[in-house]
Amino acid sequence: MSKRGITLYLHVHQPHRVRDYSVFDTAVDHNYFNDSDPLSGTNNERIFHKVADKSYRPMNALLQKLLDAHPEFKVSLSITGTFIEQAEAWAPDVIESFRNLINTGRVEIVSETYYHSLAFFYSQTEFEAQVEAHKNKIRELFGVETSVFRNTELAYNDALAQWADQYGFKGILAEGWDPILDWRTPNFVYQPEGTENISLLLKNYKLSDDLAFRFSNRDWSEWPLTTDKYLEWMGSSYDQPLINLFMDYETFGEHQWADTGIFDFFEEFVSRWLSDENHTFYTVSDAIDKNKKVGTISMPATVTWADAERDLTAWMGNSMQQEALKHLYALEKDILRSADLELIADWRKLQTSDHAYYMCTKWFTDGDVHAYFSPYSSPYDAFLYYMNAIRDVRWRLHAHHNTGGLSG
Amino acid sequence: MLGWELPPHNSGGLGVACYHLAKALALQGTTIDFVVPYSAKHENIDFMNIYNATKLSPLERYGLGAYDSKFLIDKKDATELGGLKNIRDVQRHYTRYIERHIETKNPTYDAIHAHDWLTMEAGMRAKELTDAPLIVHVHSTEFDRSGGGHGNPLAREIEYQGMIMADRILAVSEVTKRIIVEQYGIPADKVEVVYNAIDTTSFDDGYEYDRHTYRYLESLKEEGYTVISAVTRLTIQKGLSNLLYAVAKASSKYDRIALLLAGDGEQRDELISMAADLGIADKVFFTGFVRGKQWRDAYSVSDIFVLSSISEPFGLTALEAAHHDTALILTKQSGVAEVLHSIFTYDFWDVDRLADQIVGIATSHALQSSLKKNIMHEYARLSWDDVAIQLVGMYSTVQKRSVVPV
Repeated sequence: MSKRGITLYLHVHQPHRVRDYSVFDTAVDHNYFNDSDPLSGTNNERIFHKVADKSYRPMNALLQKLLDAHPEFKVSLSITGTFIEQAEAWAPDVIESFRNLINTGRVEIVSETYYHSLAFFYSQTEFEAQVEAHKNKIRELFGVETSVFRNTELAYNDALAQWADQYGFKGILAEGWDPILDWRTPNFVYQPEGTENISLLLKNYKLSDDLAFRFSNRDWSEWPLTTDKYLEWMGSSYDQPLINLFMDYETFGEHQWADTGIFDFFEEFVSRWLSDENHTFYTVSDAIDKNKKVGTISMPATVTWADAERDLTAWMGNSMQQEALKHLYALEKDILRSADLELIADWRKLQTSDHAYYMCTKWFTDGDVHAYFSPYSSPYDAFLYYMNAIRDVRWRLHAHHNTGGLSG
Repeated sequence: MLGWELPPHNSGGLGVACYHLAKALALQGTTIDFVVPYSAKHENIDFMNIYNATKLSPLERYGLGAYDSKFLIDKKDATELGGLKNIRDVQRHYTRYIERHIETKNPTYDAIHAHDWLTMEAGMRAKELTDAPLIVHVHSTEFDRSGGGHGNPLAREIEYQGMIMADRILAVSEVTKRIIVEQYGIPADKVEVVYNAIDTTSFDDGYEYDRHTYRYLESLKEEGYTVISAVTRLTIQKGLSNLLYAVAKASSKYDRIALLLAGDGEQRDELISMAADLGIADKVFFTGFVRGKQWRDAYSVSDIFVLSSISEPFGLTALEAAHHDTALILTKQSGVAEVLHSIFTYDFWDVDRLADQIVGIATSHALQSSLKKNIMHEYARLSWDDVAIQLVGMYSTVQKRSVVPV
């Protein structure tokens, strides 16, 4: 029997936030994403520098240290194209530190849409174009191939798995959500419904969210989380081969600040886990290669890793979000036909799911305001600025390429 | 004259009306002491004496709300504002200032002219102390401000007392006079209608429309779109949700229309999500609060101006819109509709009729251009000089009446 392994998968992402783009900018100033105000919450450069200092630099240093110290330590990363563009522009050393990690041969890059978009739900061709763009970017920058897929926000359904299977991916990631799993656990490899070769890895959300969401929460009955306690919880599933810890990379240093002890906790936890010779770490590909599929899982309806509902309502739940996305994707044909690379890039940057997330009004009803982060003073502001940007994209098409009308 | 604001420190039409009224009165030879509840310079005013009743900045007075009695409790730290933590405190302070002013200066006024509920208590006190007749000028009532409801009982009570104590009540329209009579039980013969006017020379500042501010809307117009606008506070009184319903309805018949909502207010978020619910978010443009060129350009870019108020004592914006070459659609509940003829009117709730009028104007060039042309001849006839002459006559009659021994 193979060793019991943790599949640690971290998601690295920054969106191009839309600045306070008013009706007075529309059709006049085509800069949506560069906010020069040093105090603004939509100044992407400022935010990137802040998160780089708090998270990317210290966490990459820690990952490098762990890789150097422990031959068994492995990690998988998904790094969005929008993150890479910002890092290349403002923090090339961060790109370099990722390259060093990858060069150890024990860091796998996971495939996804370049623009961290919800294109799968709107346009198959656009979706595939973004998957290819991401593959190319990763190959060009890091010299590696991707073979396991994750969709934006871990938004998953059977149709997506079937697509990924046909596309040639060996694995795909999803949330290990109890109502779907029923009596089963996420700690095995499964096969998605209606597929031939692909394997499904499911997030152990309890153990993942203990770090990602609860680690510093003093109202949590288990606070403070110690490595003793965490290892003990992991031990309760001793007879199961995998523990899939999937979370945002920014958990380390940004969502949980350094002063919460998250870095020290993580370092100690990795060492202690590996001190047992029956324990190891897997990359997502290793986890699939080393373990047999134990059954089939079906998720006809879309499941995500967000909120208590685990659905897409945080992105597509209200009419503002639906309108905005409708008008965005309606431009696809004309945009692509324009062959205007800047315009296409701007349109694609507007597809990043974060924009729709900022328009979410769910927390008004469930009172869970603190679970949401937005750089705007309200979801209504987010919607107005975004719609104005879409109108400007439409105006550029019209004015410079004589295509499309101004009506949505 | 007791007022709450003057340009450029105004948050709406009240200040504009007071300014032009006073200016025209001064031209007729009237000497005016005008008291405002804040401290600020009015460099454009040399035709009357301005007194500042408090040390508050105009901005703080804005925060306290010139129109909205819902701001009665303000969250701001009282000590910051010299103990004036809500609009009632400012009103009391204003009244005490008037008392001191009269006691120390012992002026002889021929009339006390108080504008709206905000200054009515001070007006009553001034009448008591000087024995001069009190004229209460009603630009809006609490009934209007609450969108046709009861509103804040305290504001309503002050309005009632002020109107009872007044020697003469001025209403800015028949609509307002009817509210005063029906809602407040004041005898009709005590109320005189004095319409507002427009000073067209105030627009002669070298302004020229350059089609640049709302460039996307201009592009839409080149595509054959008709731009509808409302320049207003986004508040329940203005009936804007009905305007949105009508635009959605009109769009289903004729989709080359866009709506510009220039202004801000507590209803903004509600209107944004309502536009999305109706599937017309893409056709509705929110500017936020606009001043200066952006404000005038909002009129200039428009083909149709809609005043959708549920209850509008007058509605100066309609005249401003007319000056910038727009076709007007006004609710029958708007006072300004009483003095104009080349307009469409509808009952504020009649969404179908409004939609029909919008489509009609948007699809007929002849109709649109004749509405625009004909209103030009009408609005400019409404002169503040005529208003001033009417007021000077009224001042002299109340004076005579007040010397009749009791």
